[in-house]
Amino acid sequence: MQGSMSKDVMTTLVVSAALIWALPLMVSTYTLTILIIYGMLGLSLGLIWGFGGIICFGQAAYFGLGAYTYAIAAINFGESTIPMLLAVIVPAIFAALLGLMMFYGRLTDVYLGVITLVVMLILFKFINSTAGPQYVIGNARLGGYNGIPGFQTLNVPGDPSAYIWGDAYFYVCAVMLALVFILVSALLRSSFGRIAVGIRENETRMSLMGYDIRARKTILFSIGAAIAGLAGALFANWSEIVTPSLFSLRQSAEIIIWCIVGGFSNRVGPIFGAAGLAYIKILLGQQSMVDNTLIMGIILVVFVLFLPKGLVPAVAELWNISFGRRKRGASRSGRRVRNRGKANG
Amino acid sequence: MAEIVLETQGLTMRFGGVVAANNVDFTLHARELRCLIGPNGAGKSTFFKCVTGLQTPTEGQVFMRGEETTQWMSHEIASLGVGIKTQNPNVLDSLSVFENIWLAARRFHTPIEANRKSQEIIERLALSSIARADLGQLAHGERQRVELGLVAVGDPWLVLLDEPAAGMSAEDVERMTEIIHELNKSAAIVIVEHDMQFIRSIAENVTVFHQGSVLMEDHVDLVMADQTVRNVYLGKKA
Ligand SMILES: Nc1ncnc2c1ncn2[C@@H]1O[C@H](COP(=O)(O)OP(=O)(O)O)[C@@H](O)[C@H]1O
Ligand SMILES: [Mg+2]
Repeated sequence: MQGSMSKDVMTTLVVSAALIWALPLMVSTYTLTILIIYGMLGLSLGLIWGFGGIICFGQAAYFGLGAYTYAIAAINFGESTIPMLLAVIVPAIFAALLGLMMFYGRLTDVYLGVITLVVMLILFKFINSTAGPQYVIGNARLGGYNGIPGFQTLNVPGDPSAYIWGDAYFYVCAVMLALVFILVSALLRSSFGRIAVGIRENETRMSLMGYDIRARKTILFSIGAAIAGLAGALFANWSEIVTPSLFSLRQSAEIIIWCIVGGFSNRVGPIFGAAGLAYIKILLGQQSMVDNTLIMGIILVVFVLFLPKGLVPAVAELWNISFGRRKRGASRSGRRVRNRGKANG
Repeated sequence: MAEIVLETQGLTMRFGGVVAANNVDFTLHARELRCLIGPNGAGKSTFFKCVTGLQTPTEGQVFMRGEETTQWMSHEIASLGVGIKTQNPNVLDSLSVFENIWLAARRFHTPIEANRKSQEIIERLALSSIARADLGQLAHGERQRVELGLVAVGDPWLVLLDEPAAGMSAEDVERMTEIIHELNKSAAIVIVEHDMQFIRSIAENVTVFHQGSVLMEDHVDLVMADQTVRNVYLGKKA
């Protein structure tokens, strides 16, 4: 176990380094930065849904909370280090409280999905309606539908005048994603992660083994929100403005589509799904021949119909069939998804 | 007299108009091996579910080693050292035999200890050759055996087995019997079964359920000879 973890870390570092070096040769770092941020957001949902079986239709809520927390705190503190930490902590606490209510209230999967969605829409409504001057937190006006512009962006810790932007900001984001990825890998290898997968597979059996499902789901949900919050803070720094659209239905739906296309139940699927689709969307945005929502819809339908496991597991399987010894474990992740489908249908 | 490990008083479970368990008083002593019989729909599985916290009884009380557990959740009851094999296989299908058993062991042991413990159970249950296979790929008898492993690895003092031998080959049943005897060295066991021969081979005392109530409770020979039981049981079955 120990040995394979360090191998995991090495692989992650080598692949990340290669990508960080190669990608800027093809795509601008400004664009790459947002792809990385979306990748992290995708990973946050992939973790809780793919490995914990927690159906969350409102993952954008924690992304938005992270972004807003950062913006508000940055205005008040005039530097970025504490705001970055708060942007992780606040969504995590919010999700933990919501998780306590949902999981201890024994909501079934469908209601869970609906509640997470509704909570996100409530946040959207609320933030949207805070245009008036009475809505302030410290020195920060919430700004309603106008959003919050003009906050302190990322600086070198301890030196608020040393801004990190442009290429440097891209490297920071890339390293953050690699770090989060390594932490998620470690989590999934730990007892906590293995138990979470067990819970996804069969809650009844896991509780008959003596595991408290409610507590464990709450914790995992909260970890997912922390990662989404970090992505939100990085987004705020990138766009230099936060608006209520962060909390939108559209944003949440996109996260789900990224994960479906990339493939749940493996760590890289949601990242590549997010980055790939977001990039396609950016490219489509530069032309006006075809409507890009339409293209996204077609991509989703094609994947659901023909590659229901998602792109990454499919490629991995193809690779194994063509080159590898056929490892038992390799085809496993994909089948899980199908099993679930069958069990639910 | 040995300690009472499980006791129910007036246990009743209603589903709408259906009374699945009706005023059941049940007592089980430490290291006892009891068979629970009765026609389909008699309420045996419901009784197990109420005892293990999978369902909360409508009325009545459940005591484990003297402590009331009526309202407890299933993970709390399991944590006491109570294991159940449910009627429908309850395993983690996309995980390997080892991973299944490891997860059960991990609840009570450190990760390293859980590795050792899982290995031990896998050998004891003759699962070594399929330890790496996913549960979903296994034959019915193997799955039942793995589920028994999930129960056994927690070193329980009370084990409930709902139809553990159903649909198994004679060879599998024999192996199952051995495992049950092994478990019985440290745990009280209640087994729901239909196979009379199997029941005779393992249990002395039998409790008969009928329409949610306890119809009779006595030595296996007396129960088998009883005319009412024969009518109820064989009549329904035929
Ligand atoms: N969840 C449930 N909802 C409604 N009725 C149920 C439920 N579970 C069991 N029953 C009913 O309770 C009765 C006892 O069922 P069960 O405990 O499964 O019997 P057994 O295990 O002895 O065959 C049956 O009539 C069954 O239909
Ligand atoms: Mg039954």
